[in-house]
Amino acid sequence: MPKSTTPSPHLVSAQDTWDAPAGLSVEDVTLRFGGIKALSGVTFSAQPGSITAVIGPNGAGKTSVFNCISGFYRPSSGRIMLDGQDVTRLRPPRRATLGMARSFQNIALFRGMTVLDNIKLGRHGHMKTNLLQAFFYAGPAAREEEALRREVEERIIDFLEIDHIRNMPVSVLSYGLQKRVELARALAMRPRILLLDEPVAGMNREETEDMARFILDVKEEWGVTILMVEHDMGLVMDISDHVTVLNFGQVIASGKPAEVQADPQVAAAYLGSGDPAALMKRLAAEGAT
Amino acid sequence: MIIGTAKESYRADEALLTTQPQRVWMAIFLAALVALPFALNDYWLYLACLVAINVTAATGLNILTGFTGLVSLGHAAFMAVGAYTVAWAETRLGTPFFINLIAGGLVAAAFGILVGLPSLRVKGLYLAIATIAASFILHFCFIHFDGITGGATGINVPPLSIFGIELATYFRLYWVIMPITAVMVLGAANLFRTRIGRAFIAIRDRDISAEVLGIPLLRYKLMSFSIASFYAGMAGGLWAYFFRVVTPESFPLLTSIFLLAAIIVGGMGAIIGGIAGAIFMTLAPELLRFGMEWISPLVPNAGALLSPVRTVVFGALIVGFLIFEPQGLAEIIQRIRRYFRLWPFRT
Repeated sequence: MPKSTTPSPHLVSAQDTWDAPAGLSVEDVTLRFGGIKALSGVTFSAQPGSITAVIGPNGAGKTSVFNCISGFYRPSSGRIMLDGQDVTRLRPPRRATLGMARSFQNIALFRGMTVLDNIKLGRHGHMKTNLLQAFFYAGPAAREEEALRREVEERIIDFLEIDHIRNMPVSVLSYGLQKRVELARALAMRPRILLLDEPVAGMNREETEDMARFILDVKEEWGVTILMVEHDMGLVMDISDHVTVLNFGQVIASGKPAEVQADPQVAAAYLGSGDPAALMKRLAAEGAT
Repeated sequence: MIIGTAKESYRADEALLTTQPQRVWMAIFLAALVALPFALNDYWLYLACLVAINVTAATGLNILTGFTGLVSLGHAAFMAVGAYTVAWAETRLGTPFFINLIAGGLVAAAFGILVGLPSLRVKGLYLAIATIAASFILHFCFIHFDGITGGATGINVPPLSIFGIELATYFRLYWVIMPITAVMVLGAANLFRTRIGRAFIAIRDRDISAEVLGIPLLRYKLMSFSIASFYAGMAGGLWAYFFRVVTPESFPLLTSIFLLAAIIVGGMGAIIGGIAGAIFMTLAPELLRFGMEWISPLVPNAGALLSPVRTVVFGALIVGFLIFEPQGLAEIIQRIRRYFRLWPFRT
């Protein structure tokens, strides 16, 4: 492993150079596809420096909300505010430079590239090398690449424990590792808010626990706001500060994990209609036998 | 055998050539390029120059098609733009060689941006057809804007001269063409060590996540088009000085296909692929010709039988590459490197 000759900036805490976490609010967002309303009047917010989870049954509109926030869909009405700035009409690259990073449900890494190059791409928007400098790999380009390499190695690869795979093409990695590389790439963007679309989908228990630890560490150590869509209720209840429940494109509940869990409407959305208390009792009884 | 890489600094790890054998081979290769003109006769020097010109053009197309994933069948038209610009500047303005050549590249780049505009909306085959259409439009312009292009008869280019020294022989031209090619290839290799090259590959592999990472698609696709066209324009400019006449038929559609075949055979998305492919595509027909001459005494009525065989074998070689080595010559070179990395041990 290459070691730097100059003292590493590793001991400097992340907050010194990273921007402060951003708050995000989704205000009365409606999204129509032709006659179908994918989202109607969705309102919720993510407090700076917290973990907010968006949950809901399949087809509830979770990914649609994410796509509105990251700029792939333009809401038919309503606003999306990033730290008080209206970003509803901005293109995705512009949102990236404002500090918004996201991962995808079905991993969207660049398969032909190595892990290292994938992560480096995260910093694209913050770099300045122009075409002429790139062609000759002249002074500023070489310096910028070196600084980037150092930051990626010492802050991100170390942190996510992926040093053993740094030079491998991502296409040969296991699913869990690919998810981790995707997180690494998002972190390389120096995000102020991180959108994670099903970060542990399809993972085994060990991988899920690793990922949960990384998500918590990102919040604590890096001071990044996290907004995630997730199906794994155990993970959601364990690590989120705030939960918003969507069903049929509408917010049906919002609050602390325990409050949401106790909400009869949420239980109905997930488990069908009926008395949630009776249902829980039956489930508990089945678990006991 | 290489046991591991022990780099002392990140800068060393980011270098273009990271291992000792790589540096040694590169030194041998460069020495061979310098020695070549003293060893070759005029015919082979002619081929060497032609290879160098094709390497520049193929590297440009590789940046666009191999690295950015935008298929272009109009590359020859950009070469033509470069060649015409150089011919026009040389005959009408009489400006120095380097200015003409760079101007050829820049004018071609400007046309590249124009032709690249549809690339945000159309991909794959559709883009290929759009670029063919553009090259036909340019071809029409070359014939009919005869005030600038000289119409169907084209423009005759005077011999290249630098600082009053006339470079009319292949031996002398080699010393201009080969260094320029080397710089162009080095520039392409450098490009992919920086954020711009990485952005191109990101667009090829998954354009949606490239956008989320802050890469504006249109700007980078157009940049890729303009760089590729710049390379084509430079290659076309050298071509103009090399053949000393530029006509509308100098750069037919076949040249575009030739270059596309070169990067496919050589290996798309690898700098060495453009080089290896251009060398193969330029020299293989010549080598086959020599092979045919060599066996012709053994076969009666050789002349009539063997000349079509040459074309067939050449075509079969290309098809063979597509089937058996889809990653191209670059992959073969990689495999040899991997083998010798552990030599004399085997994995």
